[in-house]
Amino acid sequence: MAPTTTAPGSAVRQAGETDPAHPPAPAPRRAARRGGSAWTPWLYLLPALAVLGGLLVYPIYQLGLISFLEYTQAQVSGGEPTSFRGLANYTTLFADPQFRQVLLATVLFAAACVVTTLVVGCALAVLLTRVRALPRLALMLAALGAWATPAVTGSTVWVFLFDPDHGPVNRVLGLGDFSWTYGRYSAFALVLAEVVWCSFPFVMVTVYAGIRAVPAEVLEAAALDGASQWRIWRSVTAPVLRPILVVVTIQSVIWDFKVFTQIYVMTGGGGIAGQNLVLNVYAYQKAFASSQYSLGAAIGVVMLLILLAVTLLHLRLLRRQGEEL
Amino acid sequence: MLVAAVVAFPLYWMVLSAFKPAGEIQSAAPRPWTLAPSLDSFRRVLEQQEFGRYFLNSLTVACAVVLASAVIAFLAATAVTRFRFRFRTTLLVMFLIAQMVPVEALTIPLFFLMRDLGQLNTLGSLVLPHIAFSLPFAIWMLRGFVKAVPEALEEQAMIDGASRTRFLWQILFPLVLPGLVATSVFSFISTWNDFLFAKSFLISDTSQSTLPMALLVFFKPDENDWGGIMAGSTVMTVPVLVFFVLVQRRLVSGLGGAVKD
Repeated sequence: MAPTTTAPGSAVRQAGETDPAHPPAPAPRRAARRGGSAWTPWLYLLPALAVLGGLLVYPIYQLGLISFLEYTQAQVSGGEPTSFRGLANYTTLFADPQFRQVLLATVLFAAACVVTTLVVGCALAVLLTRVRALPRLALMLAALGAWATPAVTGSTVWVFLFDPDHGPVNRVLGLGDFSWTYGRYSAFALVLAEVVWCSFPFVMVTVYAGIRAVPAEVLEAAALDGASQWRIWRSVTAPVLRPILVVVTIQSVIWDFKVFTQIYVMTGGGGIAGQNLVLNVYAYQKAFASSQYSLGAAIGVVMLLILLAVTLLHLRLLRRQGEEL
Repeated sequence: MLVAAVVAFPLYWMVLSAFKPAGEIQSAAPRPWTLAPSLDSFRRVLEQQEFGRYFLNSLTVACAVVLASAVIAFLAATAVTRFRFRFRTTLLVMFLIAQMVPVEALTIPLFFLMRDLGQLNTLGSLVLPHIAFSLPFAIWMLRGFVKAVPEALEEQAMIDGASRTRFLWQILFPLVLPGLVATSVFSFISTWNDFLFAKSFLISDTSQSTLPMALLVFFKPDENDWGGIMAGSTVMTVPVLVFFVLVQRRLVSGLGGAVKD
């Protein structure tokens, strides 16, 4: 098995010397040779580009624009002219201790969610490979159920489970009428549990598919050659799993960084005195509850930039693995 | 087995609580079963809140998004896998980046865009953005499926005199269908789950509300109507659950295909 990564800084690998398990497909022929016009691909792409241009690219541009303007209810209703404020919104934002605190909380909360999701997902994927068919099916179905559950209903159910008066969890744990949503950390912990519950199935199923993709003969051959379990894991399974782990990690980072529904529903819009705010909810509150659209937009830009950084990292990793685009 | 039980427990509790009579829900010592199942909560939900209409709204939005994005993504995926043209790689990278855009951050500009288009308070304000947001992922994922269809098949079709359009819809489309199912699941779920856009764009016209919004009506400052919330949640979750279980095989193989690719 060829190593899936090369030394940092080495040139991007060319198509053709990629993973030997997946020989590169023969390069598609030129459109001209097939009688189609050179415009055919663009014709196919037209609807997609129109939709994405109008509803993704243009709003991103607008978001950036609004974040540099003075844009509150007065400007929205046309009562006052919009004026350019330069970086003033950003200065206001970063001077605000609450924003800095929310930013920190968002990053830490997302990190905790990602790590827990990955650990639980991988552990259960390994468990899946070790159990017999019936428990495996049961776990698969349960995980699919959790996965399919909409964020809103998942949130309501988890809040209900941990309800101090009518929920079963406090009863079983003997916590009396301890309120999970009252304290800052217990509220975050509760939301974390829900987020992990509905997002570990993706990791579990994907990693499980990855483990199963390692051919049994290869594993047998390695065992016959006297390789230890650990050695087999390190030299055979891990290299296959690494790209999959990269994908699920990046996906989890992206999902968990922009959690909105769970926080909003479970902590009633950001917790007592906003103690459980994350960037998304904070931006929403700023824009739609207090009509400070430009501040909300500036928060949006900050989020966009953070996730863009994660994406570029992802692209680098993909390139390094020799992915042919 | 134990793990499976723990994972499934919240769903079990949701359905159970939806069927519990009001007295048992209020009880300070909840029991993990009920001896007197009742449909009261469901009845309350359906009568008071026009749940049927919200359900239909949610369904309309989700189906519109699934159909539109499937067709658009199929065309785009075909373009980027079966043709070589300038900017192809650039486009692919753009699609990948577009996948990562935190759509929630775009709520504000989209709000103004929808207002300018006169779409606020209509289901269109949910359909349009969700098509855009499900496209990059769908294109990226379908790429693998389109690639897997052998080139020889296309040549064969051409030799047999099929036009490009005919090949596209009558040969390629059915072959890529399993992939479309997998991607559709994702666009369906993300649209069905949408809460933020519904909350932001459907501000005054409650008849256009979707399920996630309707559910929140049962949260009250003094005492939450847990029976109603759980019944509503059940109504909202079970169809997706059934759908998921029906397509799970294709979903898993689809995921495998997308990841391996």
